[in-house]
Amino acid sequence: MEAIAENVPLLLQGIAYTVALTLLGYVLALIVGTALAVCRVSPIPPLRWAATVYVEIFRNIPLLSLLILIAFGLPDVGLRLPYFWCGVLGLTLSSAAFVCENVRSGINTVPVGHAEAARSIGLGFFGTLRFVVLPQAFRTMIQPLVNVFIGTVIGSALCSAIAVSEITWVTQTLNIQYAQAVLMFLVAGAVYLGMSLGGSALGGVIERAVSPDAPTGRSRGRSALDVTAGAQA
Amino acid sequence: MSDSSTSTGAHRAEQPAPGAPETSGAAGAPGVGHAARGPAARGSRSGNAPKQIGEPLISARGVDKFFGDFQALKNIDLDVRRGEVVALIGASGSGKSTLCRCLNRLETISGGEITIDGQLLPEEGKELTKLRSDVGMVFQSFNLFPHLKAIDNVTLGPRKVRGLSKADADQQATELLERVGLADKANSLPTALSGGQQQRVAIARALAMKPKALLFDEPTSALDPEVINEVLDVMTELAEQGMTMLVVTHEMGFARHVCDRVVYLDQGEIVEQGDPEEFFTNPRSERAQAFLSKILAH
Repeated sequence: MEAIAENVPLLLQGIAYTVALTLLGYVLALIVGTALAVCRVSPIPPLRWAATVYVEIFRNIPLLSLLILIAFGLPDVGLRLPYFWCGVLGLTLSSAAFVCENVRSGINTVPVGHAEAARSIGLGFFGTLRFVVLPQAFRTMIQPLVNVFIGTVIGSALCSAIAVSEITWVTQTLNIQYAQAVLMFLVAGAVYLGMSLGGSALGGVIERAVSPDAPTGRSRGRSALDVTAGAQA
Repeated sequence: MSDSSTSTGAHRAEQPAPGAPETSGAAGAPGVGHAARGPAARGSRSGNAPKQIGEPLISARGVDKFFGDFQALKNIDLDVRRGEVVALIGASGSGKSTLCRCLNRLETISGGEITIDGQLLPEEGKELTKLRSDVGMVFQSFNLFPHLKAIDNVTLGPRKVRGLSKADADQQATELLERVGLADKANSLPTALSGGQQQRVAIARALAMKPKALLFDEPTSALDPEVINEVLDVMTELAEQGMTMLVVTHEMGFARHVCDRVVYLDQGEIVEQGDPEEFFTNPRSERAQAFLSKILAH
C-alpha cells in the first residue's frame, strides 16, 4: 500500500489526465459526430459520401494504431502537437465515428411522416432536423451514446502508449518501480469502473428527464418488453 | 337548416372571417355535420347564383409519376380554383394520395408541371419551403410532433418559419384550437389525445401557416368511426369559410355534400370529374359506375 501512499499526487494527476482526455475527447466527438450524422442524412450526395468514408475509416482503425499514427505521423508532416492533445485528437476522431452512427440510427427511428409534416409547414432541412427530428431522436440515442462514452473512457487508457501521463501510464510506471502489478492495475481498474458507472448513471438520469412521460409521470407502469408474455407455464 | 345553408353557400365566395354569423349558424350548431347536410341543402346551394370560384390556384399539367417501372400517375391535368373544394376519390392504389403528395412536392414528379398560384413548383431550396408553407397538408396518420404539446405543434411553424413572437403565435394557436374545439387540450401531449383530437390539432397546425390551400390526404382513414364526424365537421366548416381544399377521401358523403367537384382516379388516370351530385347519381364512365356500385352496395 505504500506504493499508493507515497504517490498520491502522481496518482491524482493521472486521474485528472484521464478525466480530461475522456471529457475533451467525448464532448468534441459529440460535436463532430453529430455534424457528420447531419452530413450522412443530408440531401447533398458528396457530403453523404464524405461522412460515410470518414466513418468507415475511423471506426475500423484500432485506436492504438490511430494514436501512434497521430503522435508520430503528424510531426513528419510538420505538425507538432503535445502528446496530450494527440490523445484528445485520436479519441475524438475515433469516437466521432461511433457517435455519428448512433445519431444517424436515432434519426432513422423517427417516422418519416413527422419529417414530412415538418416540411409541409415550411421548415427546411435544418429546421426539420433541429425542431422535429433530433429532439425525438435524442431520446433513443442516450443509451447508445453512453456506450460511446464508456468506449472513450476505456480508450483513453491507450494514450499511455504515447506517453500521456494518465492513470494507466502512472500505474504502469509505479508497477515498474514497486513491482505490485495487481494492486496498481486494481487502482487503474477502479478509476475506469467509477467513471463508466458515473457516465451511465448520468445517462439514466437524462433518459428519465427527457422521457415523454416524465412531466406527468403517466404510464409509469410501462415495463420492459416481456418476451415470455403469453407463454404457457 | 336549409335556410342557413343557403346563405352559407352564397357567403362562401366572399371568404368571410371565421365566426361570421351565417357561418357559425350553420356549422357551429351542434349535430350539424356533413351527414345532416342532405341533398336538399346541396341542391339549394347550387340552385343559387353560382359560387364565385376564382382562378386556378393549383394547376397540374401533364403530370407523370413513376415509381421504378410502375407508372403511378398518367398525364394528369387538374385545376383547383380559389375557393373550390375538390374531392379526389378512387380505389386504393389509384394514385390519389400520390397526386396529393406531388402537389406540395413531398413526391417529385417524373414529367409535366405543377404551378401553385401561377408559380412553377420549385426544385429543392428556400423557394420550395416558402411555397410549401403556403399549401397546408393534413395527413392520414396525423403526424403530430409527439415531443411537443398541442399548442406547440401549432405554433412551431408560425414561430420558426414566419418569425412570429411566442406571445403572438400562442394567441393565434389558442384561437385556432378553439376553432377546432380543442381549447382545453392546448397543453396536452399528442399521446394523451384521441385520434380525432389529434387530427383536429393537425388541421389547426396547418391553418396556423395561413395557407392559400389545404391538401387532405385521407384525413379520416385512420380514425375510429365514431370520431370521423368531428373531423369532417371541422373540414365542412373550413369549406364553408371559403378555404381552397383538395381532399383525398373515402368518405363519399363528404365528397357528395360538401365538395364542389369530384375527381375520380383509376390506375393513375383521371377517368371522370364533375359535379358531385351528377357524378354519384349518374356516372358516365363504366369504370366510375363499377367503382360506385362496389362502394355504394351497402
